[in-house]
Amino acid sequence: MEGFLFQAFVYLCAAVIAVPIAKRLGLGSVLGYLIAGILIGPVIGLVGSETRELQHFAEFGVVMMLFLVGLELEPRMLWEMRARLLGLGGLQVGITTTLIGIAASLLGVQWSIALAIGLIFSLSSTAIVLQTLNEKGLTKTEGGRASFSVLLFQDIAVIPMLALIPLLALPELAGSGLVESAHDAAALGGEPNAQHGTSLVEGLPGWGYALVVLGAVAFVVLGGHFLCRPMFRYIAGSRLREIFTASALLLVIGIALLMTLVDLSPALGTFLAGVVLANSEFRHELESDIEPFKGLLLGLFFITVGAGIDFGVLFADFGKVLGLTLGVMALKGIVLFALARLFRLAPGDDWLFTLGLAQAGEFGFVLLSFSIQNSVVPPDLSKILALVVALSMMLTPAFFIIYEKLILPRRGGGDEKQADAIDEKGTVVIAGIGRYGQIVNRLLVASDVSTVVLDHEAAMIETLRKIGIKSYFGDATRPDLLHAAGIESAKLFVIAIDDRERAVQLVEHVRRHYPQVKILARAFDVNHLYLLKQAGVDFAVRETFDAALGLGAEALKALGHHPFRVEKMTQAFRLHDEEGLEQMYELWDENPDFSRNRALLARAREHGASLKEAMTSDRLQLHDRTERGWTPPPKGYNNELREEDPAGL
Amino acid sequence: MKSRNDLLNTEMPESPASRATFHRKILILFAHPSVERSEAGQPLAQAAARTEGITLVDLYAEYPTFIIDVDREQDRLLAHDVVVFLHPLYWYSTPAILKEWQDLVLEHDFAYGSKGTALHGKIFFSAITAGGTETAYCDKGYNHFSIRQLLHPLEQMAMLCGMVYLPPFALFGARTALEEGRIDAHVADWVQVLRALRDNRLDIEAARELPKLNFKLNSILREG
Repeated sequence: MEGFLFQAFVYLCAAVIAVPIAKRLGLGSVLGYLIAGILIGPVIGLVGSETRELQHFAEFGVVMMLFLVGLELEPRMLWEMRARLLGLGGLQVGITTTLIGIAASLLGVQWSIALAIGLIFSLSSTAIVLQTLNEKGLTKTEGGRASFSVLLFQDIAVIPMLALIPLLALPELAGSGLVESAHDAAALGGEPNAQHGTSLVEGLPGWGYALVVLGAVAFVVLGGHFLCRPMFRYIAGSRLREIFTASALLLVIGIALLMTLVDLSPALGTFLAGVVLANSEFRHELESDIEPFKGLLLGLFFITVGAGIDFGVLFADFGKVLGLTLGVMALKGIVLFALARLFRLAPGDDWLFTLGLAQAGEFGFVLLSFSIQNSVVPPDLSKILALVVALSMMLTPAFFIIYEKLILPRRGGGDEKQADAIDEKGTVVIAGIGRYGQIVNRLLVASDVSTVVLDHEAAMIETLRKIGIKSYFGDATRPDLLHAAGIESAKLFVIAIDDRERAVQLVEHVRRHYPQVKILARAFDVNHLYLLKQAGVDFAVRETFDAALGLGAEALKALGHHPFRVEKMTQAFRLHDEEGLEQMYELWDENPDFSRNRALLARAREHGASLKEAMTSDRLQLHDRTERGWTPPPKGYNNELREEDPAGL
Repeated sequence: MKSRNDLLNTEMPESPASRATFHRKILILFAHPSVERSEAGQPLAQAAARTEGITLVDLYAEYPTFIIDVDREQDRLLAHDVVVFLHPLYWYSTPAILKEWQDLVLEHDFAYGSKGTALHGKIFFSAITAGGTETAYCDKGYNHFSIRQLLHPLEQMAMLCGMVYLPPFALFGARTALEEGRIDAHVADWVQVLRALRDNRLDIEAARELPKLNFKLNSILREG
């Protein structure tokens, strides 16, 4: 227990110190984690060999990340990117593997080892690249999308690669006691793990295996579609926050387990499940539940990469390692740049694509340890290769900085217009979709505004979805859910929940963390309106005011008043009321007991009296507000005009 | 009310005419009830908004419920030397909100009457976009009257208020102007006229007699 606590303390401490500093220096969180890892590992020596085991555990963060990526990606979008996925991704993996393989052969490596090296280096780091793109807000750019297509293809391509590598085994390496690290074969790749017999498909004929695989994929897709939603609805009904989180984790881990059992990539399986659930009302809730786990695990993963660098080997062969790293990255970069041109990425985007994907990735580690296990690559060489992978990953944040500092500024003004166009669309996040929020949402949707609707009543969401209103389950007063619903990029935030206190807290929270978002809120009464105002709301209306005014107007009409006069009276009343609200706000304090605020009471009485005057007197404000402009000129004004001769000007 | 307008964000940017020192300050009251479908009016309004020394008020944006703030509008009139109605021609007149604006803002003893001298000496004209072709606006055409004749109510309004009336700055055949590529040239003329008025480079006396303000621009513009 003590050992565990100490380790956790060391890792968390390193992360908490290094990451904010790195972020503040503009290096990005990934580099921060890597540096933290180097500090506690090779430099200070606080952690040692256990980092490798931790790394396999932490790789589960990648699985979670792909689940989240899937959640963001509706099936339709996935279908739309099929050309990029297969074309761009396929060509990248194919050409890079070939070129690096040839280069390795030229350096005097046997062809089978050369091919394995090609495969290992053809992959890029999904973890670093997606995390960095996200952090820098580049996910939605052309370059970001293209990068994502390639990474997704690579993640899928790992599966056949794992099948291919054992065929490259060198007889002279086999049986030389290299299988000691059988468990090194990470959970991530889902490679066959014959030693432990965890595979369900071992010994099945080819067609049987194919059937099992198809069955598993079908189970994930159909189960995700038909089983998950009722299950989540049932759990949401219990209103236990942590049980929902538990079930979200259960879902991800369950699918990962199933995929491992049938020798498929767990990352691929959870990605599929994510895509299937992207349309569901639980999308944002799932996102906000899994997100922190993913973040921490990925952070841990990066730390272990840093901690695992073998400085002994590095310094012994520094020139060689550095040369190989730069060589690999240059080769990958050339292929990427050529593909970017071939697929007509815009200038700037092509550089993001090239610089972003030039490193080797975490899957490279997986393939590498698997290659050692299967006697494909000799261990001395593998140490150098592992260093090359790690070093290239370490250089990646620097490449993103180059992109930001050198390439982005040169893209010039052409892109500003595009950004505006997206901005103009701007989404509206609506919290609460009861009787009140529904009307707001209907008006906005009817005006072609895209809205994201949140409510904590799963039953309400279900009903709304049936009549075609897109809405999501979740408690809108939770910061992480707001984040998942995309509050940062929203233009407006509408608060229509009926919990008064939470509405005020929500205004405070959003005002503090997302000052650029305009907040509109439903106020219960005057006191609530003032509380919202104090919290920084941009616009708030008392929920009953307009309705009551409308009914009052109908009452006047029913009494025989002329409808247009009633309209003018109503408007005069509204303006007078709004003015009073402003005046009284100056005297108002938070004390809910109105009777103790004498100044406010006096003002309220005054205002009440002036209202009566305004509404009954035939002159003064009433005149100004209801008759002004339609007042006929005084009788006999014609004589005045005849005396003058304005036309003579 | 103000915050609501900010929120809708439909208000055209008002260039603060008061800050710069020009010979004349120009107030343009723009009235178009469906500005998103406008092909001629909107470019004219935007060009005016971009021109220094000009205040552009989008009346439908500022008073979407027709509840016009009389005091604010009268203050605006007092602060400017030239008043322009910019609008499409609806039934030989202005869109409804400009009529409402006249009814409410041009009060007795403000705009007319023995004490109503607030507008004396200011220049008034309308800038219109009309669907009919120019040839339709004559006694032989289907509109039977010239555009100046049809706008006599506005001319008389200006006269009663003691203002100097100029003929309308008019675009005819406005529904096909975009397809025929006439918009850009018209907008350029418009900006030229506004600048000339602002900088006192427009021959007012010569302009008063023209059938339309953009009849022979060169004859009324002076070098600055």
